[in-house]
Amino acid sequence: MNEYADLLIVGAGPAGMAAALAAAPSGARIVMLDDNPLAGGQIWRDGPQASVPIQARRMRERVQSHRNILHHASTRVIANPGPKQLLVEDDEHGWLISYDKLILCTGARELLLPFPGWTLPGVTGAGGLQALIKAGLPVQDQRVVIAGSGPLLLASAATAKKHGANLQCIAEQASLKAVAGFAAQLPRWPNKLLQSFTLFDRHYRTGTHVLAALGSDRLEAVRLSQQGKIVELACDRLACGFGLIPNIQLGQALGYALEGQALAVDAWQASRIDHYAAGECTGFGGSELALVEGAIAGHAAMGDVEAARQLWPRRARWQGFAKALNQAFALDPRLKSLARPDTLVCRCEDVPHGALAGHTDWRAAKLASRCGMGACQGRVCGGAVQHLFGWSPSTPRPPFSPARIETLMSLDDTPPAS
Amino acid sequence: MPELMLDGRALRVAEGTSVAAALALGSDGCTRTSVSGQRRAPLCGMGICQECRVTIDGRRRLACQTLCRDGMQVETRP
Repeated sequence: MNEYADLLIVGAGPAGMAAALAAAPSGARIVMLDDNPLAGGQIWRDGPQASVPIQARRMRERVQSHRNILHHASTRVIANPGPKQLLVEDDEHGWLISYDKLILCTGARELLLPFPGWTLPGVTGAGGLQALIKAGLPVQDQRVVIAGSGPLLLASAATAKKHGANLQCIAEQASLKAVAGFAAQLPRWPNKLLQSFTLFDRHYRTGTHVLAALGSDRLEAVRLSQQGKIVELACDRLACGFGLIPNIQLGQALGYALEGQALAVDAWQASRIDHYAAGECTGFGGSELALVEGAIAGHAAMGDVEAARQLWPRRARWQGFAKALNQAFALDPRLKSLARPDTLVCRCEDVPHGALAGHTDWRAAKLASRCGMGACQGRVCGGAVQHLFGWSPSTPRPPFSPARIETLMSLDDTPPAS
Repeated sequence: MPELMLDGRALRVAEGTSVAAALALGSDGCTRTSVSGQRRAPLCGMGICQECRVTIDGRRRLACQTLCRDGMQVETRP
């Protein structure tokens, strides 16, 4: 089975849906794919313990109402076998999609840094816990500590509390001065100010970071450094994430330019000819920025430069918010020394910190230790070693995620693209 | 309300529940055993980390991105 799209969109979160809706009136054949069972991305996530905002539901309905937008759910990109062609797989099949234009809206993932005990069951990412709860994970009467950095901690805590968790502490590594400085700027974005009031919690502590997760077979307690003082809290769950990092792997493999740790784009959200990117994969900025970037990319990809240009002022406004956010929650260098020599850094291949220290780059460390060569293909430890050692991840090679043999074999049916 | 089998034990869950959540509801929440023998549970919750990979009806799938269906067979041990 082969498929053709005038416009292929990878990622069905706010940016992807906005891109599809902006491009739809052109009449182009649009294919949008996402590895989750439902559209909405990480921020608009349905489940037995969640309902998405009305804005998100309306967007989904509008996407469904366009007969020229086809949404493939639970579908991942496995390889790029030829120019303007991707190999994808869902729960049942693997197939090739050829495209004329591409918009990557691959979002972001949490920066998860290794600390002693972080592999114990009961320890999750901060956004990770929120996502799991929305999908039905029970937290009723469980003692929960949320730690790490950024506004996601408050959002995750709010979800946990709503579902009956007994919140022990929200440990924000940034200083009170940095967080207060950020809060003082919030009136520039009134709906964000309002949101911050609804999310604030009395268990919020600044200048506080995790030192270790304690327990034998599963999490029993967490040790924190709270304004320099060491405290231990008994708990059932620790949700720890240090902000978001862009998902750039597919973009890197397709030759997109990079700027820092994000995909680089121009004013039209283009990274190279016919290849665009929007949303968190171009740098962390929140759903409002993702929506406007997605719409600009959708218009620009269809050649409607005027419609794209009209959205520039709105994008600039939300870029200002993103900048303020990223400055306030810059990570404390002390977080680089949480891991001990026996702390696992690569959770797929169980490679400890001691096996990595002393190498000069990630490639050398990988060859010697298998770090980053397991099932997640370095998506977790790659972010960690970049933060800990400053090693840049190498350009990923297919398969980009674990795939079935039948999917890879479907390439044989296709004449070589030349 | 789908009913599924988790390591041979039956469990009925609410519509839309992920397999990752079902494992916490019906068992200890663990999904796999690491190469050095540690039991592991879902970490990222969003299809990145692969800690939640389990065998569902004979195929390796991510528990956090798979919704429970009636009659599903889920195995977390090799």
